[in-house]
Amino acid sequence: MSIPALTLKGVTVSYGGRPAVFSVDVTFPIGSMTAIIGPNGAGKSTLLKGALGIVPLLAGEARFFGLSYQDARRRVAYVPQRASVDWDFPARVIDVVMMGLYAETGFLRLFRQRHRDRAMECLSRVGMDAFAERQIGALSGGQQQRVFLARALAEAGELYILDEPFAGVDAATERAIIAVLKDLKAEGRTIIAVHHDLSTVPDYFDRVVLLNRERIADGPLEEAFTQTHLQSAYGGRLAAGQVADLAARVG
Amino acid sequence: MLAALSGLAGYNTLLVTLGATLLGLAAGGAGAFVFLRKRALVSDAVSHATLPGIGLAFIVMVMLGGDGRWLPGLILGSAISAGIGLLCVEWITRRTRLSEDAAIGAVLSVFFGLGIVLLTVIQGMSSGRQAGLEGFLLGSTAGMLASEAWTIAIAGAVTAASVVALRRPMTLVAFDPEYARSQGVNVRWTDLSIMALVLLVTVIGLKVVGLILIVALLVIPPVIARFWTDRVDVMLIVSALSGGIAGGVGTVVSTLAPGLPTGPVIVLTAFALFALSLLAAPRRGIFAAALRHVSTQRRVHLRQGLLSLYRGEPILDAQTLAALRRAGFIRADGVATKAGRAAAQARAVDAARWATLRSLRGDDPALEAHDGMTDMTEVLTPDQIADIDRVRGQLRGVA
Amino acid sequence: MLGAEFVQLSLTPMLIGILSAVACALPGNFLLLRRQALIGDAISHVVLPGIVVAFVITGTITAWPMMIGAGVAALVAVGLIEVIKRLGRVEPGAAMGLVFTTLFAAGVLLLERTDTSAVHIDVDHALMGSLESLIWFDATGWGSLLDPVALAGLPPQLGRLLIVTVAMVLFLRVMWRGLVITTFDPGYARAIGLPVNWIGFALVVMTAIAAVAAFDAVGSIIVIAMFVCPPAAARLMTNRLVHQIWWSVGFAVLSAILGYILAGYGPGWIGAAASVSAAGMIATVSGVILALACLFAPERRRAQQATA
Repeated sequence: MSIPALTLKGVTVSYGGRPAVFSVDVTFPIGSMTAIIGPNGAGKSTLLKGALGIVPLLAGEARFFGLSYQDARRRVAYVPQRASVDWDFPARVIDVVMMGLYAETGFLRLFRQRHRDRAMECLSRVGMDAFAERQIGALSGGQQQRVFLARALAEAGELYILDEPFAGVDAATERAIIAVLKDLKAEGRTIIAVHHDLSTVPDYFDRVVLLNRERIADGPLEEAFTQTHLQSAYGGRLAAGQVADLAARVG
Repeated sequence: MLAALSGLAGYNTLLVTLGATLLGLAAGGAGAFVFLRKRALVSDAVSHATLPGIGLAFIVMVMLGGDGRWLPGLILGSAISAGIGLLCVEWITRRTRLSEDAAIGAVLSVFFGLGIVLLTVIQGMSSGRQAGLEGFLLGSTAGMLASEAWTIAIAGAVTAASVVALRRPMTLVAFDPEYARSQGVNVRWTDLSIMALVLLVTVIGLKVVGLILIVALLVIPPVIARFWTDRVDVMLIVSALSGGIAGGVGTVVSTLAPGLPTGPVIVLTAFALFALSLLAAPRRGIFAAALRHVSTQRRVHLRQGLLSLYRGEPILDAQTLAALRRAGFIRADGVATKAGRAAAQARAVDAARWATLRSLRGDDPALEAHDGMTDMTEVLTPDQIADIDRVRGQLRGVA
Repeated sequence: MLGAEFVQLSLTPMLIGILSAVACALPGNFLLLRRQALIGDAISHVVLPGIVVAFVITGTITAWPMMIGAGVAALVAVGLIEVIKRLGRVEPGAAMGLVFTTLFAAGVLLLERTDTSAVHIDVDHALMGSLESLIWFDATGWGSLLDPVALAGLPPQLGRLLIVTVAMVLFLRVMWRGLVITTFDPGYARAIGLPVNWIGFALVVMTAIAAVAAFDAVGSIIVIAMFVCPPAAARLMTNRLVHQIWWSVGFAVLSAILGYILAGYGPGWIGAAASVSAAGMIATVSGVILALACLFAPERRRAQQATA
């Protein structure tokens, strides 16, 4: 088997003496499209932030394409939670997308027309090219999320890590985003997304990681997205009927 | 110190000490609410915004033919301009896109600048009795009149009493504004009355501590209190007491030697209390936190190591190996000891129990305690665990 | 009005005022967007203990030891704030208030306990500066601008501030992308490998340098006002960062010129004899500009506020 896009081994992150994520071992194969699911406070975003070095790991390690994150960074594109930034920042849509090119141009090299063209191309992939000159604060939540995705597209990575890409977005945006992600997968890229809506998991993803501070299960949908595992991860938070229903759609 | 209190240093000193203690109590109490609302530095804007009021009050009183230095008049003037400053902060934050810190910075610098302009106007006034208005910048209790000391003592007592009277709605609002609203508390008015208390403390404190340092009496005591407790009511008391101690002790110390200005000594006393809390507080102090971090890390590695031993996986992480070796679970060459094998077995059983509990009763409250590191024996009774083990046995039997 | 007397008495204070204002307003733009507007406030308060300690150590009041002392104090303050925030888990505003009042108190105490009767350091001076006194003795008219002898007699503050302002412009130019992205989205910045903490630290160091250089010439009031007011007013004028920077520079220059003129000549216009504090007046004018911006500027509301 080829080297996986991301391997987590014993990843543990702690906030103030209590692990938010404990000793998680998971492998994400190249070309897969994986949802990280679990109840609120299960440590889904924390797991990704730990892997990307945004929060420190108490123990364990993350290997990207067999390399440390430091060495593989150019191959990884990250889409943070939309709510994590101040959208009142004085910038236009195109300015935010161009941030995706910083890794390539560095601090000082001027942006050229081809950079601008590429940013516009990424914007049109998410259907936002008409908004390039808009102030980002004037966008709807769904439009902001698409801008973030366009920025990640500009990085031209091989592994896309998205933190709650569908949180609080309209249906049109959700369709647009999933179409782009499926295109990326068709191009052989790997996708990992923190996801909330269990009902869409079977339609959008081919693998799933169930997390509740520890790894409950991971693997292809038919193995991991089962009634037992969902029950373990969510406990009483999901009605039993709902769980059976979901699992039946996969099985 | 005894000498200062026993009256050798005089009636005024005693009165000022009393006043400063009451001021500190009131400041600590009012400051606690501001702190809980995460608006500590609003008091910085309030205090700097007193300066133009002091200047204008002086000018008006002189123009009316009176003594420009009359303390109640100066206090009134400073309260009015500080109130206007406060409203400006509120207005800018609510009506424009600017955040509160920018509003605070703008108000404090502009009002202070205007105040300085007025002070230079006073310097140029023919009456020339500029008369130590600069004393309000840093406070000065030396040569304070008895009437002034009384004013401060009484106002301090009034403020302290107001904190006590208003503590319930303020606690509610500081703790959870949404809930307070649902309980029929007017959040905006309560916020404003918290700020009114801050304003009161500030203008009383002008003469003793000075307008630049009064903010310390509002900010430092609640920070001290936060180190020692998680409960709002206790925090309020600790905060008030720390403020009172800083005010009282600081004033007494400053009378012990000439050239010890009262305000700075009070602030440094408060800081000393803070430094002590930062280092030594039982849960939130630096030492406690550092110890906890190291022990958590060690427990994580131990736990991971034991699970790997159980599964027979090779252990590569040096920290994990060190933790296992230190606990006597593996030999120097990495082979598991008898104790190590037993512990690994126990960990595996514990992990299996948690998994069983989760699939069995996913909403069991005990699961909230499950963070991968807590043994089930710490959370559930032996009977409950025996139940779980029975189910586990059945499940295994079926499989 | 713009004759030889102007060159000798008003030109240099005005230029120094303008440069101070611009040097502080430039980093102020990023402090504003990072919700760190009050760092400038904290830094200007700790300048006093810095110069007092420098005096105690060196026994002189020459400019360089004072400026180094003030700079070191600013860094100590920022370091302490960071330590208290992280280790004590204290809210940033409270940590800031705690540190700057304590250091300021220590400075005042040290000042009172040290024999400074022989020299002139006092709190008033630290607050208000003495912009009016920075005149160009050797100037005889506009021609002096071309006279090397006269130029050598320029107040040294002018040269220092010019260097600091140029350094500030270069800093913003070189670090632009890093500053923008770490300010907008620190999590993403960390993920693409930017040294987020170091960039934040560099900004604070530049802020401290601006504060110290300007403080020496104009006192801390202008410094605090210029860190906040021109950038805040500028933010309300535009939704583009580059434009915001230009607006803030414009507002800073305008405040300095108008404030200086009003302080020097304003009292005369209303029949009063003496002039008033130029530093205070410059701060006041910057506040008036901000107030006008809050009332009338095109982008004064957030997008949600505008629709609501």
